[in-house]
Amino acid sequence: MEKKPDYLISPEGLRVDGRRPDELRPIELEVGVLKTADGSAAIHQGKTHIIAAVYGPRELHPRHLTLNDRAYLRTVYRMATFSVPDRKKPAPSRREREISMVIANALEPALFLEEFPRAVVDVFIQVIQADGGTRCAAINAASLALADAGIPMRTLVPAVAVGKADGVLVVDLGDEEDKHGQGDIPMAILPTTGEITLLQQDGYFTKDELLEAIQMGMNACKYIHELQKEALKRAYAKRVPVTTEGEEDELEEYEDDLETDLGEADLSEDDDEEDD
Amino acid sequence: MAGIYFQKREVVIPGQLLAEGRYRASVGTYDVDGKIYSALVGLTELRGNSVKVVPLQGVYIPREGDLVIGTVIAVAGNNWRIDIGGPYQASLHANNALRRPYDEDISRYYDVGDVLSAEVLAFDRNSGPFLTMKGRGLKKLTDGMILEVNPAKVPRIIGRRGSMINMINDRLRIQTIVGQNGRIWIRAPDSATMRLAVRAFRMIEEQAHTSKLTDRVNAMLLEETARLRDEKRPPAPAENSEPK
Repeated sequence: MEKKPDYLISPEGLRVDGRRPDELRPIELEVGVLKTADGSAAIHQGKTHIIAAVYGPRELHPRHLTLNDRAYLRTVYRMATFSVPDRKKPAPSRREREISMVIANALEPALFLEEFPRAVVDVFIQVIQADGGTRCAAINAASLALADAGIPMRTLVPAVAVGKADGVLVVDLGDEEDKHGQGDIPMAILPTTGEITLLQQDGYFTKDELLEAIQMGMNACKYIHELQKEALKRAYAKRVPVTTEGEEDELEEYEDDLETDLGEADLSEDDDEEDD
Repeated sequence: MAGIYFQKREVVIPGQLLAEGRYRASVGTYDVDGKIYSALVGLTELRGNSVKVVPLQGVYIPREGDLVIGTVIAVAGNNWRIDIGGPYQASLHANNALRRPYDEDISRYYDVGDVLSAEVLAFDRNSGPFLTMKGRGLKKLTDGMILEVNPAKVPRIIGRRGSMINMINDRLRIQTIVGQNGRIWIRAPDSATMRLAVRAFRMIEEQAHTSKLTDRVNAMLLEETARLRDEKRPPAPAENSEPK
């Protein structure tokens, strides 16, 4: 294992990887990376690399888990054995099970699960490479995968960790800051209302530090939310060919050509075949 | 403050503010204090003053009156369990499928593996869906093929008052039943026509959000059917000069 760095904040006030305290790592988001899943997304956040896949809503097995008033959100967070320098045992650990639960709790308020009673929405999260901030990066990717699967949502859910390194509040912790810093506050928000759906803390923070950390996290989440929106629109813009036609053509066409009879079930299917 | 914050047929994403004021939240949207937000990734549509988002993805959720195509997966007493895709298994009661008196052993009529066209009779959030086969053209499907498409694209495949599907049927002289659950039954006179039909449906599926699609599919089919006819025709005898 690598040894402890001499300092987490340099004399110039920069962090181990040269970032300013309020600076996020470079984030790359890609929607629709898997063909077999109903929805999927991948995130690269610094050296953290995660893939999320969503299946459903679909029939729930085993049956005893069914909820009569809404769909069951089954979230599984797993780390690949090679995702960390010291090989991770492949058996699901206590930590993975707990993170699966907090991710489910962070995502659930954003979903309209009541539209699919007794069904299940499966969210599978696989950490390919871990470098700190995996639970937050997983939420960022999973909410994109849910949208990609066509699950009705109130909003996308951005998440980020804020922590303390050498006494300075820093946003989006890397692994070293996580291990050798004095604390870590992962959080997730619903940007439309500003509600917080995930807030954990380890380490010690004064009240003032905590309030400031949450504010920093909020700002970082708003930035991540912009990236999420952009990634989702990019993925779908590719799938929706742009037609360049005259405006009045467009109007005519719109009424006539893009027929979608949602909620108007007066469909006149042609079943006028003769029984021969 | 009132207004609309989207372009026609714009791709919107969950949580995007679409309108506020005197508008009504319709399919694919939700309403908080008079503000209407999108709940889906989809395309916006304004009909009158109701705002809706047409999904680009999604599973089949049954609605009363839907025509569906399903497969019998079990026979239990006087009920058939029917797979109609999506998260919900449907049941079909013998009374809604057969004329009385009927045999006690209903597997004589429809057995596991049979494919049926049926209508959704009732579906509420905690029971069902229940199907019925009492209706014009609802029957067991014995020939032809079933094509699976994304259920979200079905309205487009049918087209306005059946314009798209009728055009395809006429052009190719095929018979089809389009289930709302994304299954299309096709009966074609030969395999070349069948392939062409599948190609047309796949084309609609891919380009469901472009305008003038009916015209383009029509053009494609005209061209391809002409080609098929040419291939069938025996070669003209003019070029039968044997080389020495």
